[in-house]
Amino acid sequence: MENRPLEYDYTVAKMFMLTTIVLGIVGMTIGVFIAFELAFPGLNTIFGHTIAEYTAFGRLRPLHTDSVAFGFTVSGIFATWYYVGQRVLKVSMAESKFLMFIGKLQFWLYVLGVAAAVVSLFMGYTSSKEYAEFEWPVDIAIVVVWVLWGVSIFGLIGIRREKSLYISIWYYIATFLGVGMLYLFNNMEIPTMLATSPIGETNIGDWFHSISMYAGTNDALVQWWYGHNAVAFVFTVPIIAMIYYFLPKESGQAIYSYKLSLLSFWGLMFVYLWAGGHHLLYSTVPDWVQTMGSIFSIVLILPSWGSAINMLLTMKGEWQQVAASPLIKFMVLASTFYMFSTLEGPIQAIKSVNAIAHFTNWIVGHVHDGTLGWVGFMIIASLFHMAPRVFKRELYSKGLMAAQFWIQTLGIVLYFTSMWIAGITQGMMWRAHDEFGNLAYSFMDTVNVLHPYYALRGVGGLLYLTGFLMFAYNIYKTMSSRPVEESELQNASPMGA
Amino acid sequence: MFHWLEKHPFLFSVGVFVTIAFAGLVEIVPNFAQASRPVIGTKPVTLLEQAGRDVYIKNSCNSCHSQLIRPFKAETDRYGHYSLSGEYAYDRPFLWGSERTGPDLHRVGNYRTTEWHENHMMNPAKIVPGSIMPAYPWLFTNKVDIDTAYATQLTNAEFFGVPYNKPVPTKDGKTVVIKMAKSVAGAHAMALAEAKKVAAKMKNQDVKDAVARGEVPEIVALIAYLNCLK
Repeated sequence: MENRPLEYDYTVAKMFMLTTIVLGIVGMTIGVFIAFELAFPGLNTIFGHTIAEYTAFGRLRPLHTDSVAFGFTVSGIFATWYYVGQRVLKVSMAESKFLMFIGKLQFWLYVLGVAAAVVSLFMGYTSSKEYAEFEWPVDIAIVVVWVLWGVSIFGLIGIRREKSLYISIWYYIATFLGVGMLYLFNNMEIPTMLATSPIGETNIGDWFHSISMYAGTNDALVQWWYGHNAVAFVFTVPIIAMIYYFLPKESGQAIYSYKLSLLSFWGLMFVYLWAGGHHLLYSTVPDWVQTMGSIFSIVLILPSWGSAINMLLTMKGEWQQVAASPLIKFMVLASTFYMFSTLEGPIQAIKSVNAIAHFTNWIVGHVHDGTLGWVGFMIIASLFHMAPRVFKRELYSKGLMAAQFWIQTLGIVLYFTSMWIAGITQGMMWRAHDEFGNLAYSFMDTVNVLHPYYALRGVGGLLYLTGFLMFAYNIYKTMSSRPVEESELQNASPMGA
Repeated sequence: MFHWLEKHPFLFSVGVFVTIAFAGLVEIVPNFAQASRPVIGTKPVTLLEQAGRDVYIKNSCNSCHSQLIRPFKAETDRYGHYSLSGEYAYDRPFLWGSERTGPDLHRVGNYRTTEWHENHMMNPAKIVPGSIMPAYPWLFTNKVDIDTAYATQLTNAEFFGVPYNKPVPTKDGKTVVIKMAKSVAGAHAMALAEAKKVAAKMKNQDVKDAVARGEVPEIVALIAYLNCLK
């Protein structure tokens, strides 16, 4: 019985691949547009004054961040889970009608949630908390989608043939638990319709409006415990899950060190959550929380670099593959960007550096070298690896892939260099005093000086978006071309991997 | 131990959860036990100010403007006294922001006037040459949602004990009572009375006409809110 060939079912993976690409295009297009709005404010009304309310920077900014984080990235996480999960657990989705149903239900509810989120953000219904802008009805939809994903993860684990959980599974489990905990606690809110007026009126005002359970400094503390660790558990942990699977698979190399994986995993789990305080340096949260945030941010270099070095050393002796394969290029540059941004982050978390960096564009630059270089590249690479296998067709064009790689890399470099210069210039000008002890620059001086960097950043973003459209085209041509193989057979026994 | 854990998904997950939950318990729970208390002079917002705060949030002003003055000379020179924890005691949600594409607004009420905001929101670049802030003409025509602002006040009072209709100490040693309406109809009357005071200082005829008709444009509420940031 155990020797029967096993065919994996990628129905749900394909569905999420689609939303990864669509929401990636949406989120990145909005990003490029609002980037140019800062360089050329006339763009705020380019679609006419009547809809200017919906195209102004403030209204679009949450749409950009949420569609790339919860649209593109989370779809990428789900898509890779529904591919990787079956393969490392040695069990097919087709073996359980229940899990297949859960997977599809999760997808459709997710699409519904995305639609509700997009409409509500456009209308201006926001809780104002960064990366947690959704009002309570959308929050509930998100929680349901997340729980369904949990059912899918543990359901598949429950019927697995391979008893030992591969490293990628550790990281997917951690993603599920981490995001679940963070999201629940940060979005504790009271719908205002529950209030009763002194004369007994109820259901007053908008039913979907709510206010935070926490006030002021406490609210800020919870928000950045969430905000920072959303980065951890959406932009780091699941992306490591991907690279631990796709890099060895694509390169044919075994993971360099199991011990290093262990150290990095448990280290990351323990250390990451402490570091949120570095978003609140010199604010009104208690000093010891700020100091802990700083210190643990530095310590965080260890587990982060542990994973990244483990990846790079996996390529030991096989570096010619980097030159030969654009797909390996994506993954190797992704882990390099991971090292780079996990060094930059701790530097910015040092109190004296943060005094200059906080509130500036340097922070924006830091976020984007992580998200564009590490998250974006790794998801793109994963989908490139998956496409021929789930669609049973050859990849449409490797040349296009290579061109995309260089265009996007150039885009990222333009992005972070312009934002570094912009951020440090801003930070230094804000604090500069003249010889009499007066402020040396007006606030407008610090805005005017940024124009060329804002423009350059927009160009960087546009290059990245161009590459992403090439990626979408490449995948589209792949799935719509003539099939080359009927199916991919795998042995059901664990050792047949 | 690790090899064994990797074969037992449930215990593995428990282990992961305990490891990640630990930091939150240590860092966050103590601060809740000692919830931030208001400083002398911190008042709850009035109804119109609350409505203005909702307009501020609706347009994500906090995407570009902070409300947190750090304790550096350059910041206190530019924006005024550095921010204190107690000043935020009634802020749900907090609006510190994370970017200063525009200047900090925590004490903007000290150095900008109704007239200035009116002109600036209609066309920022005309008042501040080189400004990259978008114009907000729709605030002059959209009507503010008084009902939701009132529901927010009620929620703050009922669930979180925010002291409406109670004496609150002020900096000059006296007390002030921030009133809250008893009914939705009362709330509308109260918001309109507040709006009339703000509109009296404004020039835009459409806004003045709207207030005279008993409507409250968003801009009036937003200005009331910005003026209360001190």
